[in-house]
Amino acid sequence: MTDLSHLRADFPLLQREMNGRPLVYLDSAATTQKPLAVLEAMDRFYRRHNANVHRGAYALAQEATELYEGARAKVAAFVHAASAREIVFTRGTTSAINTVAFGWGLYHLRPGDRILLTTMEHHANVVPWQLVCRHTGAELIYLPFTADYQIDLEALPGLLDERVKVVGLSGMSNVLGTMPPVTAVAAAARAVGALTVVDAAQMTPHSPTDVQALGADFLAFGAHKMLGPTGIGALWGRLELLESMEPAEGGGEMIRDVGWNESTWADAPHRFEAGTPPIAEAVGFGAAVDYLSAVGMDEVHRHEAELTRYALERLGEVPGLTVYGPADVAQRGGAVSFTLADIHPHDLATILDQQGIAIRAGHHCAKPLHRLLGVPATARASFYVYNTREDVDALLPALAEARRLFGVS
Amino acid sequence: MSLDDLYREVILDHYRHPRRRGALEHPDAHADGQNPLCGDEIAIDLAFDGDRIADVRIRGRGCSISQASASMMAEAITGKTIADAKDLMHRFKAMMDIEPGEAGLDAARPGAALGDLEALQGVRRFPVRIKCADLPWATLAQALEGHPPA
Repeated sequence: MTDLSHLRADFPLLQREMNGRPLVYLDSAATTQKPLAVLEAMDRFYRRHNANVHRGAYALAQEATELYEGARAKVAAFVHAASAREIVFTRGTTSAINTVAFGWGLYHLRPGDRILLTTMEHHANVVPWQLVCRHTGAELIYLPFTADYQIDLEALPGLLDERVKVVGLSGMSNVLGTMPPVTAVAAAARAVGALTVVDAAQMTPHSPTDVQALGADFLAFGAHKMLGPTGIGALWGRLELLESMEPAEGGGEMIRDVGWNESTWADAPHRFEAGTPPIAEAVGFGAAVDYLSAVGMDEVHRHEAELTRYALERLGEVPGLTVYGPADVAQRGGAVSFTLADIHPHDLATILDQQGIAIRAGHHCAKPLHRLLGVPATARASFYVYNTREDVDALLPALAEARRLFGVS
Repeated sequence: MSLDDLYREVILDHYRHPRRRGALEHPDAHADGQNPLCGDEIAIDLAFDGDRIADVRIRGRGCSISQASASMMAEAITGKTIADAKDLMHRFKAMMDIEPGEAGLDAARPGAALGDLEALQGVRRFPVRIKCADLPWATLAQALEGHPPA
């Protein structure tokens, strides 16, 4: 078992108590806690370096710009982008996907074209495409998953033909934990001339990401799910694609020249960053990437795989508990969704909260998926670098208490 | 605040054996309510006999609090006049601190006049769950809109 428990001291929030118990935070798939390194980097930015970026001829503005662009370079290196110009800072994963949908999809899709998604997508990788379909007349089709919660690769050839222009898939399902073979899907998409958009919100935080090896065209991820602040995320895209795209938002910062009736755009990535960007957040994002790199993403992934294996073992001991997701930890990440007898997940969350345990309950922004699963909601425990076996152990007596309260024998 | 006060036996009984479940073939009023954040759903069918609620049927799914609240509400409003049902709704919302006012509540035993519904007052201590208890009532308010006709 890898031991990363020494990292816990870096996270002030984890020292808190909740409802009179030490906090057990098991909701990192929703958002992660922040290490001191990130908090201090953002604090230092406002105390010493704050100015607007890309404007102002004075030295302070130059410092702020260098910090902002330096963060972009760190994020680019983290995912092995060919250059920092391939990283667009966005408000988060959702806005990164919308940037592709409205910057590429809106201008290239036509009636009869298809967008292929999987049935395990988060609303963030469904609704933007629905909006684009409404404007373009393109239609959505869905790749199902198998009984063991893997995307159905046998069904792929029947769905993926020249009509498909975009393939959108999650690099790790936020509900099932499934990590589909993105590289294989991207290669199949390329063979029919379709672009691949990867929702990496749950992927990039948890395992090494190499966009060169993935073979996809776009990758969307957010800082707050990888120890960074809310309000910022990134879109990685192949530079030639980004340069061919229209901006989804207009305003300052993103232009080359502006007339009364027409304007021309700046080069990527600034074309897609209208208005004053979240500068301190970018600095925090860079610090988060530094922190994760120092731990080592292979180590992060190994730690979570071990913790997930342990959690699946322990949860398997609970009578009446059903896990929704792959049993094989080699094919899944550390988001474990479950139900317990006829106890509704909201009730479970309330009961666990009284023991100081924070889990998510609901449809996790994946309502169509929950309809397929045949349950209105699930409870979800999810793990990150700072979680320990003790956190998993804490679930057991709390789930036993839930069974007692609801009289589940 | 103990969880045993929240998950009272009567609540679990209504959750597991919801009353007046189903649909009316020709409802005089109908409303669908949902909480988009948590996915809880309630559908209400009402049949009127003059100014009286003659029949109530409820469908839905969700947590024990939302479903028990719906079941208790259905029992409580069946046979009541529309005006009395609306009065009950205000008493319930007052008990849950959703609306101001006492609506004739006994300060020592708020909600005593509400029968089984009194059991839901433990929910007040769990603020994030108050919306669960309120969902059926908000849906009822929708169904009663325009009734009785002015």
